[in-house]
Amino acid sequence: MNPTRRRRLWFVLAVVAAAALVAVLVAAALQRNVAYLFTPAEVLDGRAGADVASGETRFRLGGMVAKNSFERPPGSMEARFLVTDGDALMPVVYSGILPDLFREDQSVVATGRMRADGTFVADDVLAKHDETYVPKEVADKMGLAHEKHNVDVPAPQPEGGL
Amino acid sequence: MSAQPPSTGTPAGPDRGRLLLAVLLGGGFLALVLLLAWGVSQSDRPDRESLPSPLIGRPAPEFSLPVLHDASYSVGTAELQGQPYLLNVWGSWCPGCQVEHPVLARYAETKAIRVVGYNWKDEPEDALRWLEQFGNPYWVVVADYEGGTAIEWGIYGAPETFLVDAEGIVRWKHVGPLSDDIIDTVVAPMVEGMRTGG
Amino acid sequence: MLPEIGQAALLLALVFAVLQGFAGLAGAARGREDLAAVTRTAALAQFVLVLVAYVLLTLAFVVQDFSVMYVTDNSNSLLPLIYRYTAVWGAHEGSLLLWALMLAVWNAAVAVLSGRIPWSFRARALGVIGLVAVGFLSFMVFTSNPFERLLPAALEGHDLNPLLQDPGMIIHPPLLYIGYIGFVVPFAFAIAALLEGAIDARWLRWSRPWTNVAWGFLTLGIAMGSWWAYYELGWGGWWFWDPVENASFMPWLAGAALIHSQAVTEKRGSFNSWTMLLAIAAFSLSLLGAFLVRSGVLTSVHSFAADPARGLFILAFLGVVIGGALLVYVLRAPRLAQGKPFAAWSRETLLLVNNLLLASACAMVLLGTLYPLIADALDLGKVSVGPPYFGTLFLVLMAPLVFLVPFGPLTRWQQEQGSKPLAMLAPWLGLAVLLGLLAWFKAPQGALKTGFGVAGAAWVALGTLRFVWTRLRAKGRSFTPEMFGMVLGHLGIAVFVTGAMLVEAQNVLREVPMVPGETQEIGRYAFRFDGVERVPGPNYMADRGHVQVFRDDRPLVLLHPEKRAYASGGQVMTDAGIHAGVRADIFVALGEPLGGDAWAVRLHIKPFVRWIWAGALLMALGGFITAADRRFRLPLKEAR
Repeated sequence: MNPTRRRRLWFVLAVVAAAALVAVLVAAALQRNVAYLFTPAEVLDGRAGADVASGETRFRLGGMVAKNSFERPPGSMEARFLVTDGDALMPVVYSGILPDLFREDQSVVATGRMRADGTFVADDVLAKHDETYVPKEVADKMGLAHEKHNVDVPAPQPEGGL
Repeated sequence: MSAQPPSTGTPAGPDRGRLLLAVLLGGGFLALVLLLAWGVSQSDRPDRESLPSPLIGRPAPEFSLPVLHDASYSVGTAELQGQPYLLNVWGSWCPGCQVEHPVLARYAETKAIRVVGYNWKDEPEDALRWLEQFGNPYWVVVADYEGGTAIEWGIYGAPETFLVDAEGIVRWKHVGPLSDDIIDTVVAPMVEGMRTGG
Repeated sequence: MLPEIGQAALLLALVFAVLQGFAGLAGAARGREDLAAVTRTAALAQFVLVLVAYVLLTLAFVVQDFSVMYVTDNSNSLLPLIYRYTAVWGAHEGSLLLWALMLAVWNAAVAVLSGRIPWSFRARALGVIGLVAVGFLSFMVFTSNPFERLLPAALEGHDLNPLLQDPGMIIHPPLLYIGYIGFVVPFAFAIAALLEGAIDARWLRWSRPWTNVAWGFLTLGIAMGSWWAYYELGWGGWWFWDPVENASFMPWLAGAALIHSQAVTEKRGSFNSWTMLLAIAAFSLSLLGAFLVRSGVLTSVHSFAADPARGLFILAFLGVVIGGALLVYVLRAPRLAQGKPFAAWSRETLLLVNNLLLASACAMVLLGTLYPLIADALDLGKVSVGPPYFGTLFLVLMAPLVFLVPFGPLTRWQQEQGSKPLAMLAPWLGLAVLLGLLAWFKAPQGALKTGFGVAGAAWVALGTLRFVWTRLRAKGRSFTPEMFGMVLGHLGIAVFVTGAMLVEAQNVLREVPMVPGETQEIGRYAFRFDGVERVPGPNYMADRGHVQVFRDDRPLVLLHPEKRAYASGGQVMTDAGIHAGVRADIFVALGEPLGGDAWAVRLHIKPFVRWIWAGALLMALGGFITAADRRFRLPLKEAR
C-alpha cells in the first residue's frame, strides 16, 4: 500500500475512532441527563418505576398545586405544598425562591427526587401559563377579564334551560 | 484530501464516496423533516404539555352543584345519569371560552347531546352577563364558585370539555378551546356511537 | 388606510422577489445579461417596499392604532413610547417583518456592492436570495399578516410582556436577525458557485467578507441575548441551553467552522465540499431556528404562540430550501476543483480538525435540542434534556479545539515540521500550565474548572501573542487585517473561556430569608437588607428593596432590586440589582415576601462574568475587521 493510501487510512481510522468515542460520550451524557415527567399517581402506583419511587433517580413531577395546600412558616424559605393530578396527591418540599407565576390551582413542574418519607424534594420549580387555556387566578392577574373586545358572535337562542 | 485526478473521467472512488455522502445527507435530512412534521402535527394540542387524564374510563366524580340561573335548584351526576352529556368548563374571565363559543353553540344546536355548562370560579353576575352577550348554548349551567368539585375532576384550566356516557363513565376529555374539526372528527362520532351502541 | 398600504407594500415586494428569483436564475442560465440586470432593480425595490411596510407598522404602534390586531395584542396605552418601537417585533408577525426587512437589507447590499463580481455569478446569487425572499414574504402575506384589522377597534390593548419592556430588547433581536439572515449570502454564493460549475475557488474571496460580517453580527446578537437574560430574568444565569438559545447557537457554530473553511478553500482550493456544505448548513440552521421558535414544536420561554398551519408552512419552506440546496450540491459538486495536497502536519489538517470539532458540537446540540421531540415521537415518554448534557459535551469537544488554536497560525500551509511550532510554543504552554496550577491552588472552590479555565485561556492568549510577535519581527511581511481579525478573534476566545469557566467554578449563590437590618456574609462581601418600599412606575407598581453591600467591611454600593407588578397584564417580574465589576458582579434579587417584614432574597457573587460578553465582543470585532480586508474586494482578474 503506498504511503499516501496508508496515511489516508490512518486518518480515516482516527476519525472513525474519534466519532465512536464522541457517540459513546453523547449517549452516556443523554442518558444521565434526561429527566422524565411523571404525575403523582404514576409515581405512587409504581408506573414510574422503582428507582423513581425509591429516590434514586431524579425526575420531574407534574400536576397542579392543590388548593389550600401551600404553607411556609413566616420568615422561612421552606415551602411545602401538595401536587395533584386529579387522582393522587404528592407532598412537595422546596427551599428556594418560587417562580413569579407560582400559585395554587395552577399547573407546575418540579424537578427533584423522592425522599424516604414519601415527600418529593424539589430543587427546581417551574410554573407555566398559556393565554387561551388559563386557570382563573392567572386570568385575573393578566387582566383578561377586562377585555373590551366587542366581538360579534351570532347568538343562538338559549336552548331549553331551566 | 490528497491530490485527485481531475474528475473528467469518472473514477469509481470519489463518485462512490459522493453517492454515499448524498445518501447520508438526504436520509438524515428526510428523517429530520419527518420528525419535525410530526412535531408540528402534535403542536396544536394544547394539552401536549399537560398530563393524560386519569379519569378516562372511570366513573365521573359525583357532584351536585347549584344551577347558575336559580341557586335553589341543584344538578349533579344523579340528575344527569341515564343519558350522555358533554360537560364544558368555562368562565367569563376565560378568553379561550369566547373563541370556542360559536363552535360549541353550533354543535349544541344539533341537539345530538346535552351540553352542560360548568361555570368555574366565576361571579354569577359576570357569568350571566357573558351568557346574555354571547348566547347560552347550554342545556343547564351549574356553578362551582369555590372550585372544590373541579379538583375532583382534575380541572386546572379553562376551557376544558368532558364527554360522559349514559352510565356516568368519562369517555373523553379535551383541554383548550374546541374547534369544528375536533367536533366533527372526534366528538360527533363518539356521541353517535353512544346513541346507537347504547 | 395606512395598514392597507403596508399590506399592499408587502404584496408588491413579494412580486419583486419572484421577479428577482426568476430573472437572476433564468437570466444567468440563458446568458441573458439584460434579464439578469433586473435583479438589481428588484432588490432595491424590495428594500424600499419592505422598509415602507416596516415603518407603517411602527407608526401604527407609535400612534396606538388599536384597529390593527397585532398592535392590540402587543401594546397598551400605558406602554412608554420607546417600547412601542420595540413592541413591533415582540410577537410572531412583527418579528417576521423584521426578518423580511433584514433580508431586504442584505439583498440590496449584495445587489449594490457586488459590481466587481462577474454578472452571471452575481445574478445566480441574487436569484437564490430572491427565492428565499419569496418564501418569507409569502409566509407573511398568506399566513401571518401583521396588518390584519380588528374591527371594531379595541378600546385598549393587551400589554407587552414586561420581560420585553427593556433596553436590551431594543438591540438583541435586530442584531440576532442581521446575523441569522446574513448567512443567506454565503449560502447563495455557494449555490451560485455550484450552478456556475466554478472551476476554481477564488469566488470565495467575495463570499468571505459577507460571511464574516454575518457571523460577527450573530455573535453580537447571541452575546446581547445572554447579557439580557442575565440581568432581566432575575436568576443570574447567562446561558440555559434553552431550545431557542440553542437554535441561535447552532448556526453560530456552523458559521465559525464556515469562516475557517472558507479561508482554506480560498487560499488552497481544498475543503471545497466542507465549505459548500457548511455554507448550506449555516443558513439551514438559521431557518431551522426560525422554525423551532414559531411552530410550537418545542416549548420554551422564548417561543411565540404555536400555530400548526404556520409550522407546516415554514417546514415546507425549510424542506424546499435545504432539500434544493443539497440536491444542487449532490448533482454539481463532482465538478468542483480539488485542492492542493497537504501533509499530515499542516495548517490544513489543523483546520480540518477544527471543522470536525465545531460540526460535532453543532450536531450534539441539535440532538439534545430535538431529543425530547424524538422521545415523544417514539413514545419513550415526556423527557427533558438537562443542561449538563450540553455543558459537559461542549467542554469535551471544545477542549481539544482550545488546545489546537495557538498552533494554527504558526503552522504553515501544506507541510510543516511538527517540531517548529512546538518549539515556538512550548515555553508558553509551560507558562500557561503554571498559571493554571497557580489558579488551582488559590481557588476557594471549583479548583479543577478554575485551573483548566485559566490554563486554557492563558495558553490561547499567549500562543496568539507569540504569533503576533513572530509576524511583526519577520522582515518584509505585513500584518494584514485578516490576521488582525484572527488575532482579535482568538484573544476573544481566551477572554471568553476565562469568564465562562471562572464564573461557573467560582460563583456563589445564596437564597435566604432576610428581615430588615439583617446582614448576610459571603466571603469578603456583606449584604445588609434594609427593607422594602412600594414605588409606582410608569406602567407598574414595584416593591423596591434596599440592600447595602460591603466589601472588606467598607460600603461598596447600595442596590435596589425590585419586584414589579404590571398594571394591564398583571404579570409579576423580578428586576435584579446588579453592581458590575471587572473582577466580579454582585447580583441581588428579591424573591417573595415571607410574612412579617421578611423577604426571600437571592444573593449572588459572579466572578468574571463580564468577561464572557467582552470575549464575545472581541470575537465579533475580529470578524468585522477580517471582513474589511481590502484583498477581498479586488476583482477576480487581479493576481492574489
